[in-house]
Amino acid sequence: MRQQAAVAAKVFIQRDYSNGTMCQFQTKFPSELETKIDKQQFEETIRTLNNLYTEAEKLGSQSFVEGCLACLTAYAVFLCMETHYEKVLKRISKYIQEQNDKIYAPRGLLLTDPIERGLRVIEVTIYEDRSFSR
Amino acid sequence: MKNCEYQQIDPRALSASPLSAQNPAEKKVQRPRRKWEAFPGKNRFFCDGRLILARQNGVLPLTLGLIVVTSGLFFAFDCPFLVEHLTVCIPMIGGVLFLFVVASLLRTSFTDPGILPRATADEAADIERQIDTSGSSTYRPPPRTKEILINQQVVKLKYCFTCKMFRPPRTSHCSLCDNCVERFDHHCPWVGNCVGKRNYRYFYSFIISLSFLTSFIFGCVITHITLRSQAGKGIVQAIQESPARYPLYSLCFHTYLVASNLTTNEDIKGSWSGKRGAEESGNPYTYSNIITNCCVTLCGPMPPSLIDRRGFLPPDEAIPAAAASEMELPPFTPKSDANMCTQSTKDVLERMLHSSDFHGLCPSGNPKTSPLVQEVSSAPATAEPYLSSGCSRQLARQAVVDPCPLLSPVAFSKSNRRDSLHSINPAFRLASPSPTLSRSALVLGDGPDIGFIPQH
Repeated sequence: MRQQAAVAAKVFIQRDYSNGTMCQFQTKFPSELETKIDKQQFEETIRTLNNLYTEAEKLGSQSFVEGCLACLTAYAVFLCMETHYEKVLKRISKYIQEQNDKIYAPRGLLLTDPIERGLRVIEVTIYEDRSFSR
Repeated sequence: MKNCEYQQIDPRALSASPLSAQNPAEKKVQRPRRKWEAFPGKNRFFCDGRLILARQNGVLPLTLGLIVVTSGLFFAFDCPFLVEHLTVCIPMIGGVLFLFVVASLLRTSFTDPGILPRATADEAADIERQIDTSGSSTYRPPPRTKEILINQQVVKLKYCFTCKMFRPPRTSHCSLCDNCVERFDHHCPWVGNCVGKRNYRYFYSFIISLSFLTSFIFGCVITHITLRSQAGKGIVQAIQESPARYPLYSLCFHTYLVASNLTTNEDIKGSWSGKRGAEESGNPYTYSNIITNCCVTLCGPMPPSLIDRRGFLPPDEAIPAAAASEMELPPFTPKSDANMCTQSTKDVLERMLHSSDFHGLCPSGNPKTSPLVQEVSSAPATAEPYLSSGCSRQLARQAVVDPCPLLSPVAFSKSNRRDSLHSINPAFRLASPSPTLSRSALVLGDGPDIGFIPQH
């Protein structure tokens, strides 16, 4: 009924390149969220996301077979098949939505899927604390 | 008197109704726009955003033409003779190779090379805030770089003034396409696109199949000539022979790059060969195993496109984007080289007048990120380096016409010069009046919500 709550601040979790160019995000807990959410909870979310991205980029047998098959068909197979990476990205979207619904939204926070920011940052939006209720 | 009884007016209905009256009218005017229509880089889109090409698509038609004409000549003149005297497999193999070459070429040209979308206004403000708080205010601001450790090796991340973010490692800004591209290899004019993370494997399969095709055609022609033993066909041989060498050269070069997990950019700059400085530096991205390097580059998982070309723009961004794109057109229309030089001179003079601490912003204070400027001019902190580097860009552009573009440092050197020009003068910050920035403040701002004031 009310208009959406006003955005108080945005926190950006940057990428962690210490292991190379793989998609990993820093697990350092930002100070702006100290009053909003439990540190363990937050770090658990980030760690799960990092694991999911590792799985997406893993050079396993599945991706190898996919790559070889694609090469042999002059990459035409990508026109009709979803890649392993895309499948994992869907899982990540679902996970983020779940986390938002269960944990972050009740605390006035919102996680933005990193794919919407070019996998550069995880954007955490902090909404103003409206204590009145209708 | 029931029919005169008044019902309490619902204020929500009142506030809603004018909007609903407006909405159909608005909807008639605005159809939902897709993100590719407001894409800030210099790219062209086809099939409603499904295909992407560089705006300067170079000599792609020529490449296609050469392949089609050469193969056509082969099928028309050599195949009938060889089918008669040898086997029908020859045109079949030739046909398969030809299709593979064309498919790989088109795939390389029309695939997003791994373009990084530009930072949103909030992100850019956040980064700017971090730089301000971390830097000291007592001395001149440091150049926009950030050092990180990758596999125990120090790698410097540069700030991209166009995309307003610290570039991830191995990412480079292509000045021809005006985009940051991940794992940037080079901008290939033959293919009419950048070669980066997402289309390197297609590029590699293009050059490998092209090498096979030209070697195959060459072999068939030699066979033809040998069988015919007629002097008149020597001309055909001469024509067929010359194109075969170049794909083979580039194939050898790129096979070396794939096996050592390097990009053309890094190889030419000598990033990991220890040329810079005395410290030992190896490639932090290599898996130290040729087979693994090849697998990762060519058969690794296919990353998705990050620019979401076919997604829809939110309606509030649609109109500002149209206005902003009109605004930005004049600065970005292709200018003559003389105009560019004059423009850069004017910019420099304006900056000199407006910036108070110009004397402190010595271009030579940033040797690592602007080596080309140092080479161009050895003059100390004056306006000379700006003028000469701006003008040297003209000369560089003339020197661009290169028969072997795969090996030429066209793409990275242009982007390097552009960024070195920016990184020299930290006064050229987000605060400077650049059309890029004001456009992005308009297009990308969900500003009103958080009171974000677009910087001018």
